[in-house]
Amino acid sequence: MSEPLEIEIRNLFKIFGANPAAHVEAVRAGMTKAELNERHRHVLGLREINISIPAGAIQVVMGLSGSGKSTLIRHINRLIEPTAGEIIIDGQDVVKMAPEALREFRRHQTAMVFQKFALLPHRSVLDNAAFGLEVQGIDEAERLRIARHWIERVGLAGFEKSYPSQLSGGMQQRVGLARALANDAPILLMDEAYSALDPLIRYDMQTVLLDLQKEVRKTIVFITHDLDEALRIGDRIALLRDGSVIQQGTGQDIVLNPADDYVANFVQHVDRGKIVKVGSVMVPPGADAPGADGSIGAEATLLEALHRMVASGEKCLGVTGPSGQPVGLLPLDRAISAYAG
Amino acid sequence: MAWFDSFPQLADDNLRALKKTIDEAFRTFSRSYGASLETLFEPLKQFLIWSERVLVGTPWPIILLLAAGLAWAASRSWKIVIAAVVTLCLVGYFGMWEDTMKTISMILTSTLMSIAIGLPIGILMSRSNRVRAVINPILDVMQTMPSFVYLIPVVMLLGIGKVPGLIAVVVYALPPMIRLTNLGIREVDPDVLEAADAFGASRWQKLIKTELPLALPTIMAGVNQTIMMALAMVVIAAMIGVQGLGQPVLKAISNQYFTLGLFNGLAIVGIAILLDRISQAWGARLQKHRGVKHV
Ligand SMILES: Nc1ncnc2c1ncn2[C@@H]1O[C@H](COP(=O)(O)OP(=O)(O)OP(=O)(O)O)[C@@H](O)[C@H]1O
Ligand SMILES: [Mg+2]
Repeated sequence: MSEPLEIEIRNLFKIFGANPAAHVEAVRAGMTKAELNERHRHVLGLREINISIPAGAIQVVMGLSGSGKSTLIRHINRLIEPTAGEIIIDGQDVVKMAPEALREFRRHQTAMVFQKFALLPHRSVLDNAAFGLEVQGIDEAERLRIARHWIERVGLAGFEKSYPSQLSGGMQQRVGLARALANDAPILLMDEAYSALDPLIRYDMQTVLLDLQKEVRKTIVFITHDLDEALRIGDRIALLRDGSVIQQGTGQDIVLNPADDYVANFVQHVDRGKIVKVGSVMVPPGADAPGADGSIGAEATLLEALHRMVASGEKCLGVTGPSGQPVGLLPLDRAISAYAG
Repeated sequence: MAWFDSFPQLADDNLRALKKTIDEAFRTFSRSYGASLETLFEPLKQFLIWSERVLVGTPWPIILLLAAGLAWAASRSWKIVIAAVVTLCLVGYFGMWEDTMKTISMILTSTLMSIAIGLPIGILMSRSNRVRAVINPILDVMQTMPSFVYLIPVVMLLGIGKVPGLIAVVVYALPPMIRLTNLGIREVDPDVLEAADAFGASRWQKLIKTELPLALPTIMAGVNQTIMMALAMVVIAAMIGVQGLGQPVLKAISNQYFTLGLFNGLAIVGIAILLDRISQAWGARLQKHRGVKHV
């Protein structure tokens, strides 16, 4: 497995319609999606997207239906041609790749899980999972061995010989996941890869992904509608609305400082206690606060701090940094008000 | 008011001259190229002779076994296997075994040829709307032009015999093969094609691993129709020297032998129903896993 790759999306625009290039300037100048549609009958897919995804990170993309998530993720392996912009991966602009180079890039650097599964209906689960390897030209015994391993890993052992039409939606989605993971590519593109799964299997599959990240670091772009999922697995989250990124950052950033009402609406029902770190709501050491009883690490969640205070009756905790040095204080009333939002 | 009462047509002399010129030109063409065209079709002729010899020469019990095996392999249905054996037995019992074998040989050859020609053309047609716009009217002409009309130039070029008969049959039986190949490929789920793209499949890999297998049930419907249309041409092909069940029917027409005509006609119907059921059952078996339900 090669080194994880960084993905750098720069000034990406996508307009759907008969003559998209003619309208880029107008969109750059601020024409809205509704105006573009009304006046020129073109659909604004993406507007000026700038996202840089560090190597080995999980980037979550969220947004309402139709906000452009699928359009964005399809640009990364150029299933959709952008109207303007660059996608730099491993020093190369994907947008400028020649067909042969693009094929090689797709075979070896990326793997994708699709919102609508897109399995090959005439092939068994095993042959579906081996499809990417087959395209790469890997011999049959080897690819079936790898495919079997991943089918087992996604919990479908025993279904190798079944056909997609004999499986439930959630099972089909896991076949799609096995197919992508079998490719062992440094970049994994997951378009609502978990949306058809029931909560328990979904949690399992999140764990599979996180475990995998511990073994082999991949750069993962993960689309989801589920904020809890986003916060659990995402190192970084980007929020899309009408084709524009309206906020990006860590889960905590977004929960604590929503950029506008749209984002605030998105995060209002989240359990802040599980997201917010003690370090980001503590008060400075010299502040006017009751004397600290015990101490807690800055990386602990607010919920953990509250559990402790309630259990032990402490009114204030000392906050310690990575090497145990005191960095601040967390009084109970401060913790409660931060939790309530 | 002469022009109003009767259609103002080309003067008789000119019309005659026009027809004569075209006829002359074609005659010259066939005189100078007929022989070389015949050599071109020689391998085809040899193949026809060979396949006919194999089918006629193989002892009947072996043919029966083969037919039963084929019916089973294609349909996995005892009903169809028994129907195949009974039909062939009846045909043989009423003295039409050899003619039936000749006809089946002709049908198989023309079906193979239609697939060999129709599949690539159908694929090309599915790739480009422009190609489709060119080919569609040609297929319309092939299907509606009375067969006798294109039999004339074929016979002028190649004379009477197996090859011109085969060409006449293929011209008539080819269009459904092309049309349904095109349709089948165009109907392949774009999501699946996108997935193939995403994994870096080349155009060839996409065709072999996704498009053709997904289009196969539709293509099989095309093969089925091609077989049926080839059978419908058996009597007409007999007029230009193709042997088989068509010859006795022609003889029956000119001599008013009602029973002879009826028996051979029924044999054709029997073979038709048989081949239809076998190829349809095969198509249906291919269909089994195709439909994927999305949630
Ligand atoms: N091929 C296309 N032609 C025209 N418009 C398109 C095309 N593909 C997408 N769009 C438009 O782009 C916008 C974004 O679509 P996209 O599929 O990316 O949304 P999404 O965020 O993935 O939504 P969902 O959550 O429902 O999957 C929509 O307004 C859609 O109508
Ligand atoms: Mg989508």
